[in-house]
Amino acid sequence: MGLFPFIFALIVGLTGPRNVKVLDKPNDDGSAVIIEWDSASVTPAVKMISIYKIPEEMWGHGSIKVVDLLSRNTFRYVDTQVKPGKRYYYYVRFWGEGDYIDSKIVGPVVPKAEWFHKERLPMLVVLLIYGGLLAYFLKRIRKGEEVYIRPIAGLQAIDDAVGRSTEMGQPVLFILGLGYINDIATLAALSILQRVAKKTAEYESELIVPCFDPVVMTAAQEMVRSGCFEAGRPDLYNQKKVFFLTNDQFGYAAGVDGIMMRERPGAIFLMGLFFAESLILAETGHSVGAIQISGTTSITQLPFFIAATDYTLIGEEMYAASAYLSKDLHQLSTIKAEDMMKGIILATITIGVVLETILTLLGKPIPNYIKQFLEGGLWK
Amino acid sequence: MATTIWVWVAAFFTLAILSFLYKDNPFYRIAESVYVGSSAAYMLLFLWSFDVKPKMIDAWVKGSTTDRLILIIPITLSIFMLMRFIPKLRWISRWAIAFTVGMGAGLGVAGLLQGFVVPQIKGTIVPLWIANNFKQTINNWIIVLGTLTTISYFFFSRKHTGVFGKFSRTGVMFIMIAFGATFGFTIMARVSLLIGRLYFLLHDWLGLI
Repeated sequence: MGLFPFIFALIVGLTGPRNVKVLDKPNDDGSAVIIEWDSASVTPAVKMISIYKIPEEMWGHGSIKVVDLLSRNTFRYVDTQVKPGKRYYYYVRFWGEGDYIDSKIVGPVVPKAEWFHKERLPMLVVLLIYGGLLAYFLKRIRKGEEVYIRPIAGLQAIDDAVGRSTEMGQPVLFILGLGYINDIATLAALSILQRVAKKTAEYESELIVPCFDPVVMTAAQEMVRSGCFEAGRPDLYNQKKVFFLTNDQFGYAAGVDGIMMRERPGAIFLMGLFFAESLILAETGHSVGAIQISGTTSITQLPFFIAATDYTLIGEEMYAASAYLSKDLHQLSTIKAEDMMKGIILATITIGVVLETILTLLGKPIPNYIKQFLEGGLWK
Repeated sequence: MATTIWVWVAAFFTLAILSFLYKDNPFYRIAESVYVGSSAAYMLLFLWSFDVKPKMIDAWVKGSTTDRLILIIPITLSIFMLMRFIPKLRWISRWAIAFTVGMGAGLGVAGLLQGFVVPQIKGTIVPLWIANNFKQTINNWIIVLGTLTTISYFFFSRKHTGVFGKFSRTGVMFIMIAFGATFGFTIMARVSLLIGRLYFLLHDWLGLI
């Protein structure tokens, strides 16, 4: 910095940034550097803060402004415009009223990519435990152990709904919602679709599936097709009845509402991911007198389904549907493993809460190791 | 009253869609057909302009050898998907679907664990007694009991009878209270959407307010 701004800054009480530190951001791909400075050095005279960077190859040839005009309440900045393996130097500039003062140049810092994100170790542990439980229960079920699955009203009603629709001579409408193929709720809905397709084929009833996403439509066609094959009626598979409608949320809702009014389905299934159109669809379905079974993992839409449809699969009940309907050994073992995992979660919460309460009552700053583990803090 | 043609067009379609509240009618059918058709066409152009052209064609033409090598994977999967139109090769499209489903499920499980399960457990580990803060103590009891009983409702391989049954039924109560609150909150948001449409009709179109 020039001599004049420095003298001027001293006169108005502006002091330079102290304890400036630069460090490689941990647990990343080497694309970020953290710059920190002492909060106590930010006096009332400081109005704004800027940060400058000097890449190794520019040493002695100026600097790059990383960020301009940070608020005076900022004491830390993450520079994401760096490349792994290169050396960088930084300095911080405090701005007063038209004057400024710089910190010392600090560095070098060399951003490095890490192989492991240590803070995500809890996730790995949970996945390993779950994987182990899955293998264990699969082995037990293969040996012939019986698995009890509690009745789920919405799933038990599927056959009745298709049967009722057939008796009335009306088609069955299956709405897959607005999810994409990588949404787990959509995958669960597809497995329910297969079961519904099998039933409609057995009863020789018509099944209509309007789709929001072309890839989901492709998967839905496969599911309906395999459902018809399972029922021994491949001749009843009609690809034109599983069709793409539109990729617009309310366009889809308008289109499906129109189908409901014209086709007058006897049973409507609303399964998958739904958003603001859920009540529009469910209310229209109700108005045409169809029996409606819904299921979604969208917490904000579940209340509407509960209010407007006859049966609702709440969240994880949808995931259990596949195993419940197919009674497949692999899928049944996932139900057992998931339940055991939930038991472990309940135990973890209970022990954690008891520990936390005791520590609070004692008033001692002893760490709660369970909480620390979940925060990935045991390995910091 | 508005003199711009597009305000009249928008007002017509708004009224046509709202007429569905009475019953299905030709005006609604016109609006529905136009909406579904135009949105599907828009989606096609959108996919071409923002996906296929920049991410596949331009990336292939302008990209380096490495970029092209990476692009071969999605292009191959896209071609697999198009095999659906050739009956004898239709089975190949299942590979593309299997890849997408597997990837989605794998990413979804990790994402759900990281984004919901672990933070929920972490957020539930709270002290059940805080000296001189009765409100927070009650709040913490609700958090802990609500979470534990709600999880117990989602046990599928165990009969919900006896003490466990009562525990899980308490969970159902917590779920329903939460849904009630969500219902009211979302209805408020929907009413604001309706107000927006009515404002358009009364202000932009008729100029009454």
